[in-house]
Amino acid sequence: MSKLHVTTTINGDSREFLCEPEDTLLDALRNTLGLTGAKEGCATGDCGACSVTVNGRLVCSCLMLAAEAEGQEIDTIEGMADHDKLHPLQKHFLEGAALQCGICTPGFLVAAKALLDKNPDPTETEIRYHLAGNLCRCTGYDKIIRAVQNAAAEMRGA
Amino acid sequence: MSVAKPNPHDSGPKHVSGQAIYVDDIPMPSNTVHLAFGLSERARAKITKLDLSAVRTAQGVIDVLTADDLPFANDVSPSVHDEPLLATGEVFYHGQPMFLVVADSHLNARKAARLAEVDYDDLPALLTIEDAIAADSKFEEPVIWQVGEPYDDAPHTLSGSIDIGGQEHFYLEGQAAAAIPREDDMIVHSSTQHPTEIQHKVAEALGTPFNAVRVETRRMGGGFGGKESQGNALAVACAIVARRLNRPAKMRYDRDDDMIITGKRHDFRIDYAVGFDDTGRIDSLTFDQFTRCGWAQDLSLAIADRAMLHADNAYFLPNVRITSHRLKTNTVSNTAYRGFGGPQGMLAMERVIDHIAHYLGIDPWEVRKSNFYGKGRDKTPYHQTVEDNLAPEMMAALASRSDYWARKAEIAEFNAQSPILKKGIAMTPVKFGISFTLTHLNQAGALVHVYADGSIHLNHGGTEMGQGLFTKVAQVAAEVFGQPLDAVKITATDTGKVPNTSATAASSGSDLNGMACKNACEKIRDRLVAFAAERWQVTPDAIRFTDGIVEIGDQPIPFGELTKAAYENRVQLSATGFYKTPKIEWNRRAGRGRPFFYFAYGAAATEVIIDTLTGENRILRTDILHDVGKSLNPAIDIGQIEGGYVQGAGWLTTEELVFDDKGRLRTHAPSTYKIPACADRPKIFNVALYNNENREDTIYRSKAVGEPPFMLGISAFLALSDAIASCGEAYPALNAPATAETILRTVDRVKGQPW
Repeated sequence: MSKLHVTTTINGDSREFLCEPEDTLLDALRNTLGLTGAKEGCATGDCGACSVTVNGRLVCSCLMLAAEAEGQEIDTIEGMADHDKLHPLQKHFLEGAALQCGICTPGFLVAAKALLDKNPDPTETEIRYHLAGNLCRCTGYDKIIRAVQNAAAEMRGA
Repeated sequence: MSVAKPNPHDSGPKHVSGQAIYVDDIPMPSNTVHLAFGLSERARAKITKLDLSAVRTAQGVIDVLTADDLPFANDVSPSVHDEPLLATGEVFYHGQPMFLVVADSHLNARKAARLAEVDYDDLPALLTIEDAIAADSKFEEPVIWQVGEPYDDAPHTLSGSIDIGGQEHFYLEGQAAAAIPREDDMIVHSSTQHPTEIQHKVAEALGTPFNAVRVETRRMGGGFGGKESQGNALAVACAIVARRLNRPAKMRYDRDDDMIITGKRHDFRIDYAVGFDDTGRIDSLTFDQFTRCGWAQDLSLAIADRAMLHADNAYFLPNVRITSHRLKTNTVSNTAYRGFGGPQGMLAMERVIDHIAHYLGIDPWEVRKSNFYGKGRDKTPYHQTVEDNLAPEMMAALASRSDYWARKAEIAEFNAQSPILKKGIAMTPVKFGISFTLTHLNQAGALVHVYADGSIHLNHGGTEMGQGLFTKVAQVAAEVFGQPLDAVKITATDTGKVPNTSATAASSGSDLNGMACKNACEKIRDRLVAFAAERWQVTPDAIRFTDGIVEIGDQPIPFGELTKAAYENRVQLSATGFYKTPKIEWNRRAGRGRPFFYFAYGAAATEVIIDTLTGENRILRTDILHDVGKSLNPAIDIGQIEGGYVQGAGWLTTEELVFDDKGRLRTHAPSTYKIPACADRPKIFNVALYNNENREDTIYRSKAVGEPPFMLGISAFLALSDAIASCGEAYPALNAPATAETILRTVDRVKGQPW
């Protein structure tokens, strides 16, 4: 079967790529576009390590076909910092020791940003609910929740 | 000062920007091939037909290998060479690799691996602990340690049994390896806690000496013991294919394959019989520990040993017999997992304490106080003396900090007025022995270069799996040279730089590698001191490395200026370091010696609430006081404690491995195997470090922190048991994991309505 040609926007830049019809968006990001920040944790949409946003909506890129990215705006962890300036979420994850092995971290950050973009002042319960689809095996989550709260507070003050 | 500071994880900036490279992220040459195993669909059978023709002709398939195609060793065992990479005529567990598919993509390899036509001649499979006991199937004769003479006519006696489930590691990064052939050598990237063993197994499989294989590990996306031996198969498979095709080869397990193929925490059944007085003080105790090791030995003997070594937890047992049965079954070969058998042994001891308290109608805290090690009561069942008995004082401090007695009363009041929801609380100690019990593993090496510009290049034998080891060891190097942490370049673990290393395991990473690093740095610093003393005509004690500069007498010199001058005067600025743990010696069969350099302690109090109509439950509050000696890095240590507690609580609550009657694992993805998520974190979570220098001469008097906090999770399990106990008269005798279903069943049994 011939490959499909996809034109999309990734982290604000126009990108084109070729993919097989069965390729997931995660495959295309990691293997074709060299954006390896999104990780494959389970490939069934249960762990959130592959989180990206599509037109601002949080999705598991392992559950979306690459071809479906046609004409969409995709945002990944690689686009979160403003050049050298870390996003407040990134800064608070780093300074608040909200990461250990780091492999779930991009997914958590993308998911947390999707929350704060819609709800700049979430309650702790809302944060827990929103991050329920992201698994972390190292931290026990306490510092992750606190980092999101602290980033939200900083962003509201900014 | 660089040590004792809460420096962020060295990879943090890369983690948060998606730039941290794990094995599957390494850019590979375009001719790289991808591998997948074809797996057994029987737990125990002879293979009567293995027709791979459909596999060979599948899309993208380049090559298919069976055991007959392996040029040298067909073995990936970390111990007794009983674990073939590919099955040879028969299979011993459901999920055992039988053949290896080489394809142009990961997906094509996996698809093709399902196309084999296999006929099996089924043989009887031993799946459970009970099956193995009935068949007397075991890896060695039972190991028995005894002190004194247990007896059965104490003033009070109790007996019981606890089933303790296994645990999937669920490192978020699955197993992965890549091999790149280079002239006569093989370069291997592996997500492993044990690069040296990967080197050995690859060399044996390729028929080369160890020096022809170089293994590099920059970081893992979690390990937890699951990457101590379980990465061998992937690395060996990659190397064999890379040599055979002269092309780079890469392999990673899909999550389902990973959970089906790789070993897990050992499940146990532990039977006990205890004799005690009116205060609950134990005088006689026997434990029979039965553990399901699986089909191959792996590290099971040492794991079963450690379950025995922690059967006492923090309590003195005057007359005790511990019998350990190492059972061989047709299930996945269980392996290292944070605590290495210790948690299972410790849980049974805490169950005994809880059972005694329930029987006597007194608070478990009182029973614990009656049984702690103390003056004249300081010999463990393996004849090591407990020298720094911190558990009693830490538990007392925690009882006060957590307001244990007031909350206990509040909970009793709540339960009296709440017919459906019931609360429970428990406070448990941890005493965990630090050192590899295989004495020769307690060694480490480091390699340090100082370049002429004063920048420092650090390498050591430990691996980074998220625990912050690299940061801690770099802090040691920065401390010795008085340099800021960012002057130290942390580099990937590499068998070509530091050889003959031990696994990063047994919580030993910073103890061993920190000391080896210090040794190397001090050699270089001593040379710099000797050079500077002569050049500036001062005495050596007038030279200080501090705050990024070198004070030579009254004269501050930039570090880089000194190193440049030293280089120009032909001073060697590179050194290797070495460390071996002192004081330890151990005879495992006899159960006698000093297996541990020291003990790390902790105490946790957990409050829970259960719904007695559904078994659903929540952790409401957790208070922890934990001993890390003089912390090398409080931020990293607290992270280890929080994560360890939640992982330990997960093991004993939601994480259930279900094997069906055909030996198939039915919980092989996060959809069916539930590790703790955001909402499972305690609503109130107070964690504090216990200020205390290690009495032994460890790296800056710190203590190991990797495994000990895991066992703080036992308090969550016993809090659930306490909540259930409020539902009736009978002792809950709760089994682990205490899933909602198990809690509901136990509640109904305690109420006298068993089902």
